[in-house]
Order: sequence, then structure tokens, then C-alpha cells
Amino acid sequence: MTRINVTVDGVRYSDEVEPRTLLVQYLREGLGKTGTVVGCDTSNCGACTVHLDGTSVKSCNVLAVQADGHEVTTIEGLATDGELHPVQRAFHETHALQCGYCTPGMIMQACDLLKENADPSEQEIREGLEGNLCRCTGYHNIVKAVQQAAKDLSSQAVGS
Amino acid sequence: MTITEDRASETPAAEIGKARTRKEDQRLITGRTRWTDNIQLPGMLHLAMVRSPFAHATISAISVDEAKGAPGVIAVFTGEDLKDIQGVNITAWPISADQKTPDHLPVAVSHVAHAGEIVAVVAARSSAEARDAAELVDVDYDELPAVLDLKEAAKDEVLAHPDLGTNKSAFWQLDSAGQGSGGDVDEAIAKARDGGIVIEREYRQQRLIPAFMEPRSTVVDPTGEQVTMWSATQVPHVLRFCIAATTGLPESKIRVIAPDVGGGFGGKLQTTPEEFATLAVARKLGKPCKFTETRSETMVSGHHGRDQWQKLTLAAEKDGTVTGLKVELMADLGAYAAIVGGGVPVLGAWMFNSIYKFGAYQFNTTNYYTNKTWVDAYRGAGRPEATYAIERLMDELAVEVGVDPLEIREKNWIKHDEFPFTTVAGMTYDSGNYEAATAKAKELFGYDELRAEQKQRRESNDPVQLGLGVSTFTEMCGLAPSRILGALSYGAGGWESASIRMLATGTVEVVTGTSPHGQGHETAWSQIVADRLGVPFENVEVLHGDTQIAPKGMDSYGSRSLVVGGEAVLRAADKVIEKAKPIAAHLLEASVDDVEFKAGTFGVKGTDKGVTISEVALATWTGHNLPDGIEPTIDADATFDPDNFSFPHGTHLCAMEVDTETGATKMRKYVCVDDIGTIINPLIVEGQVHGGLVQGIAQALWEGAEYDDQGTLVTGSFVDYTLPTSADTISFITDHTTSPSTYNTLGTKGVGEAGTIASTPAVVNAIVDAVRHLGVNDIVMPCTPERVWKAIQAGSPVNTEGERDAAPHFDEGAPNQDPASGASEGSGQ
Repeated sequence: MTRINVTVDGVRYSDEVEPRTLLVQYLREGLGKTGTVVGCDTSNCGACTVHLDGTSVKSCNVLAVQADGHEVTTIEGLATDGELHPVQRAFHETHALQCGYCTPGMIMQACDLLKENADPSEQEIREGLEGNLCRCTGYHNIVKAVQQAAKDLSSQAVGS
Repeated sequence: MTITEDRASETPAAEIGKARTRKEDQRLITGRTRWTDNIQLPGMLHLAMVRSPFAHATISAISVDEAKGAPGVIAVFTGEDLKDIQGVNITAWPISADQKTPDHLPVAVSHVAHAGEIVAVVAARSSAEARDAAELVDVDYDELPAVLDLKEAAKDEVLAHPDLGTNKSAFWQLDSAGQGSGGDVDEAIAKARDGGIVIEREYRQQRLIPAFMEPRSTVVDPTGEQVTMWSATQVPHVLRFCIAATTGLPESKIRVIAPDVGGGFGGKLQTTPEEFATLAVARKLGKPCKFTETRSETMVSGHHGRDQWQKLTLAAEKDGTVTGLKVELMADLGAYAAIVGGGVPVLGAWMFNSIYKFGAYQFNTTNYYTNKTWVDAYRGAGRPEATYAIERLMDELAVEVGVDPLEIREKNWIKHDEFPFTTVAGMTYDSGNYEAATAKAKELFGYDELRAEQKQRRESNDPVQLGLGVSTFTEMCGLAPSRILGALSYGAGGWESASIRMLATGTVEVVTGTSPHGQGHETAWSQIVADRLGVPFENVEVLHGDTQIAPKGMDSYGSRSLVVGGEAVLRAADKVIEKAKPIAAHLLEASVDDVEFKAGTFGVKGTDKGVTISEVALATWTGHNLPDGIEPTIDADATFDPDNFSFPHGTHLCAMEVDTETGATKMRKYVCVDDIGTIINPLIVEGQVHGGLVQGIAQALWEGAEYDDQGTLVTGSFVDYTLPTSADTISFITDHTTSPSTYNTLGTKGVGEAGTIASTPAVVNAIVDAVRHLGVNDIVMPCTPERVWKAIQAGSPVNTEGERDAAPHFDEGAPNQDPASGASEGSGQ
């Protein structure tokens, strides 16, 4: 067992973990952060995407011990003070989710995409989300959601 | 101005038709979810399955000692240990009286018939320990020859189940002459051979994997008076029935809960070996148990879809008027008859004739077993296969006659003033307007401009050719009238149930027997009830997916939830109003005959007196002042059994660019105009259409389950089974025409499967259209660049699938036969 110190969604945790424990297992089984889910075992689907020090990672592809000393943000920590993140709000408003299973990862990846590129074209959005699979929406409304979130974020930036 | 008019002017804007954002979303976008795998119970054990690596084998010995001694392991069970209580995975639809149906045990005892079948179960304190120990279970197999190819299976040389003596499960026929709904198809074909047109083709419906995003998971808690099972299922009620029917547990001792369920598409319309094995182990150990599969397990153990060979003969007059259609299917059921199983191809029986006025029709399916993963419903279930076949054939007929593919369709389709129309298959379509949908789609698509561009590219010999694909589909959904199901020997009814509880404080609980897993029932049902009862949308709570809360239901599949389940909700609401009316009259000191209900208020005609339905609910709850002898409740239940199916239709147009030098294809534009009757929530409808389109497009372009010659699924993960990504797809243009259904109160038709059913042939027709001038008239799905390129090189259809060859179905020398059809690469090998 190895001791790790990780901050997840603003809370500091110190735990003993088996070295083979995946970050997603630690989040789900260790911390009860079940908002982050597992969709495959080959790191293709992206359902488990979280932010590690602000950058998106597939948490099935990171060991818990690799998160030692780092900061993790999950879908559960994205809203602040009860206020939805603009990407969350855009997903709701444009009906960019159906069953909702891919949604946590899709939203976390979309946040990362917009951080890299505040004004992406449709093609850039599509390529930026390529590592996240959705079986329900056909991606059409997910692309719309990211476009709307990009607008909302840029008007927020102008306003602030 | 009268009081009534005053009230009418206060009527809130109608909820039905409003693009409400979903109630469901708040939890899902913040990670506050209840997937089955999230559930943790005190003392819960975790299960891992030991699965057969062989496609076909007998089990000679299983040694579990080492696994039992592994860290954290509590117990290891073989099929022998569980055989008295594990039950059996049954089929609900034996399609013929003499259907051969092998027993499907959740945990195999002596014989495995496909790779991935469960042979032992490990229970441990953690899932990691359970999986580690599963590796230590030592199983001795005696491998048997496996039959993997459908056409090989038909020869009965190698048997998937030696005990059955044959691979043939059953044969089923619909004959228009026999049932009196049309002429004799063989006569029509014979006539067409003499001066008319006969199109003979063989198409392949490749095997697909539903690939819902949430892997299946089951938790069983045996510690209560009722055994509780949570499962990632579309069918909690069907599951409860099947458990009771086969395990010896009384139905009243079983509670099944479908909590948040992450997609299904038919793939969770199943009662699975994993569910039954988890139940058996939990009962043996007296402890809560959880099994969550890995994605690789989903791929090999969750049922697959499609998998047919379609031999088709279309007869027409010289001018292109269709006269007859004969369909001969071979369907691969995989190793076992699944819950719908053999009935899936039968669901296509009424749909090959589609929207066209054939004079004679015959549908035949012969179902076979092979040593592959079982096959059952996948989005569309039988109707995508039918739609693909007929829409491909109509394009071929257009070429034969020398007219535009839309023209040949218009020549033959049912005109809008001919509804209701009883088809040659014997189905009565209630409403539709194919002309209107097509006109709108053509305009949105820019059909004529794209045809002009296609012509220009042809003439300039552009290496990138353009093709236009058409699919004017209809389908039958809204499963289903119970009497029809009974006549087809299906094991259950097709009704749906609803209850409405009027709570004392003004909110409303709506209980539905449907079991949503992404469709947005909580939102749409709220809209229906808000309109009907005149209560705020926000005050309606929709409850579902728990047999203790919603004891009666037939669950969600076959685009049935709205047209059957939504109607039940509406009827329950009407009963609430009827029950509330005498109480309202009593409170208003008026005669019942003078009371009318409008926009949530019972008013007395000609007065300004009124009482809201919520006030009636409160008065009923206190019971202080009710009419003499009245039962103090206005809650109501309704169960609705439809008289007929639902027949949505639409026109889908697809433009594909094909690089003739590389075989690469690119979708340029996709337009669909669907007629799904009255729309409750356009936002949800658009979502259903988009998702459906991509699943159908994926069959045309990317997806296919492939086995090697050992019977190992080589597309066994998301690395090899290529689901489309956002980068593979485009944004769509969707619109609607509206011909309300006459079979339900709101005029709704199903939409869940429409996009998938329609889009596959639109895409393939477009690709073939792009390269037809190069001698190509078919490309087997998925139309990968390699297959497209090979087809262009051959100047003729490449009728092979994977590494296996297609034997020709037709006698050489028969008229109108494509000389290369089927024989292009394979028959001599």
C-alpha cells in the first residue's frame, strides 16, 4: 500500500492505496465520487475524464499514485457555489445529453477544449472531443453545446 | 364576456409541443447519479465471471481450490453448484410450434456454445480480488467443432448444439395469397420474367453490437423479505417475471429496480446470465452481491444485433410499377434464442413492402443457431433490415427503368389521400403523407442542385464523385397490440400501465410502467400531465423503474413508451378528472352536470365559481367534506392496450462524396423530414433523431462484429469495434411534417428507432450512386474505404464480408442477375 495526498474537488484526502489502483477506482470506490464513471477498459470512451491540475485526463489511464500531490477536479466539483459551469448549463440547454453516462467525461473534456481554444470551429470541436464516445446524441447537440458555452464564456470574459 | 372565457384566457401556454429542457439533466450534468455500479451495501461482495475461451466445448472438470484460497475470496461457484436455483434464460417468442430452443443456463453446467459463456462465478470482498481469483479457476474443456458462418450453419454439417440434431431453429412465413391480403408472389415474379422487370439481389445485414455506454451491472440484496435486484436494464418488469418463472422465487418476493440506466438501444432488452448468476450467488451466500462487467465482457456476452442474409426478388412492370416482392431471410440467432430472439426477423415481416403498393408479397425467415454470441433486438429490430432491403431495391429498380430514385418511389407509394391503407402484408397504416415529407426534404437538401453537381463531376471525371442516397421509410412501432402478440405466440402482452397520485400539497406523482434510460420520459410525461390536469409542469414528478413503485409495466423498447405508455398516462389523468368532478361539484354546491373542467379548474357553468384540482386533492385528503358514499380518493390507474401499431415515416436524403482513387467516403449533407405525428417535445425528438441517424449511419460505414475462425470475437473492445466519434460525423438538417396518428388520443407516433431504420440505406444508396457509373451496384456493409476501393477496382459488387465469402444464392443464368453477384471473389475458393 502506498500513501497518497490528493485534493479532489477542493477537499484534501490522505489515503493508503494499492499501487495498481486506477485513479478512477480511487475516486469511485475510495472517495465515493461516483459522478465519474467507467465506460470501457481500453481508454477509448473517455467517460472517466477528469481534470488533473486543470488538464483533462482519462482517469482510467492514470494510477491513483500518480495523482499524489496533485489536484483533481471531477464533474462533481465543476459547479461553484451552486452555480452551474457554463459548459454544464449549455449541455442542459441544448439537450446535449440523453442517458447521461458519457456526459461527465464529455463536459470535462469540453472544458479543456475551450481552455485551449476559446473560439473553436465546428471541426475543431469535433476533433477536440474525438476521444469521448457518446451513443445517444449523435454528437450533433454536443457540438452545439460547446459552441454555446464558448459564446457564454467569451461574453463572461468580456463582462469581467 | 363569460366567466368561462375569462378562465380560458388564463390558460397557461400548452406544454405539449414546447421544447422544454429536461428535468432529468440536473443530476446527470453534476454527477449526482445512481448507476447500478454506484450502489454500495453493507457486507456487499463483488463477483467476477469465469468465461469460456472456446466457442464450442464440453466441460470435463473445473478446479476451484486455488481460487477459493486466493486473498479476499469468499466463495466460488460452478454451474453444478447453482443449477437448482439459477433458473434459465428463456425466450419469450417461439415463432413456430416446432421451434428448436436449446436450454440457456446462466452458468453453463456441461456445455458451452459460444466464447464468453459463464462457467464459474467468484465472490470476493473486492472486485479486483474477484477478478484476480477468476484467473485461478482451472477449467478442463473438450473442444468441439464450432459452426460460425450462417450459411455453413444451414448445411447442418457442424452443429452448434449437437443435442438438437440441427442448427435450424424455426421457419416462419407470411404469404399475401395465403392470408388473403394480396396475390401470389410466384405468379407475379413469373409474369415479370416475361416482359417485365425482375430484380434479384442478395444483401448482407452484418452483425452489430448495441454498445450502450454504461456497461451492464447488477446488484442483488437477498437480506430483505423481498429479494431486491438493481440492474442496468430496459426491462425491470420483464426481468421480474422471468426470475419468478424460472428460479422458484415467488414473483411477490422479488423487487427489481432499474435505477439510472446508461443507454440500451435494445441491448438491455434482455434478461441476462449475469443477472441470474448474481441472484443465485447472493441467495446462496445470503449477502448482497454486485457484478459489473468490463467493456470486453459487454462485447462478448451482451447480445448482438442484425446478422441476416437477405435473398430478395422484386417484380415490376416495364414502367416500374411494382407487382411482387419475395423475401427469403437467413437469420443468425447466435448460440441461443434470446428473449425476443427468433422474433426479431419476424418484426420485419410487415415492413419489406414498406410504403409501396405491391400486389403480391411473401416473407420467409429461417433462423439458425451458430456458436457465436446470441442475437436479439438492436435499435429497430427487424425493421432496419427490411427498410435497408427495400430501399436498396427501389434504387436498383430506378436504374433498371432509367428514372430518378425519387420518381420510382413516388410512382409506387401510397398517396396521402389513400389512408387508411391496408398493405399487401396485411397491416393498416392509419396516416401519412409521403409526398409532403419528400417535397420538404428535397427543398432542404437542394436535391436538384446536388444532382447537377453530380452530373458535372461525372462529366469532368472528377476523382471525387458525388452520390445522392434516398430512403423513404416507414416502420411499425409502439409494441404492441396484445392480441396480435398472442396470435404470433409472443409470451406476453403489449399494454402499458400508469397511475396518477394527487398529493395533498398540490404536487402530482405520475407512475409509469415504461422504463426510460435516456429518452426523457420524466420531462415528456410531465408535459402531458401538466396540460391534461392543468397543473404546473414543475409540480409533476414522474416515477418509474422499480417494481415496488410501478408494479405494472411492460417497459421501454420498440418505440412504445410514448404511444402506449404516454397514452396510459393520459387516460389515468382523465380518470383523475372524472373522479374529482363529483367532489368538486359537492364543494361548489353545484350539480355534477353543471361542472366543467378547464385548465386545472372545475368551474360551474355560467358562474365565476371554481375550485382547482389541487384544492379538490386537498379536500379529498382531509375527507372532511365529501359527497355521501364516495371513495375518498381521486388517484387513478389506467392500462392501455393499443389497437394497432404506430407507423411513423419520413424521407431521408444523404449526399456522399467518394474518392474513387482511395475508396474514402465523406458525408457531405444529410437531411431528414420525419412524420412522427404530434410532437410532445421537439427538443427531445431532435435528440432521438440525431442519435438514431448516427447509429444507422454507423452500420453503413463503420461497425461490424467480426469473429475469427476459432469463434473469438476480434472486435471485442472499443479499439476494434469502431463506434463513430464526433470527428467522424456531421451536423444534420432535420425537420418534420405531421400526420397525427389516429390510434391514440394525442396523435403521437414512435420516434426512438426511426433515424436508425431510415439512415442506413440512405447512406449506402448514396455511395453506390456515386460509383454506379464505374460498374458498381452493391457494396457490403460496413462500406469501408477498402471495400469501396475494391468494388471500384472490380467494377462490380464485392459481395464478401470480412474474410468469409458469400456463396451465390441464385442459379447462374437466371434473368436480371448481376453476373458478378456473390461470385466476385469467393465462389470458386
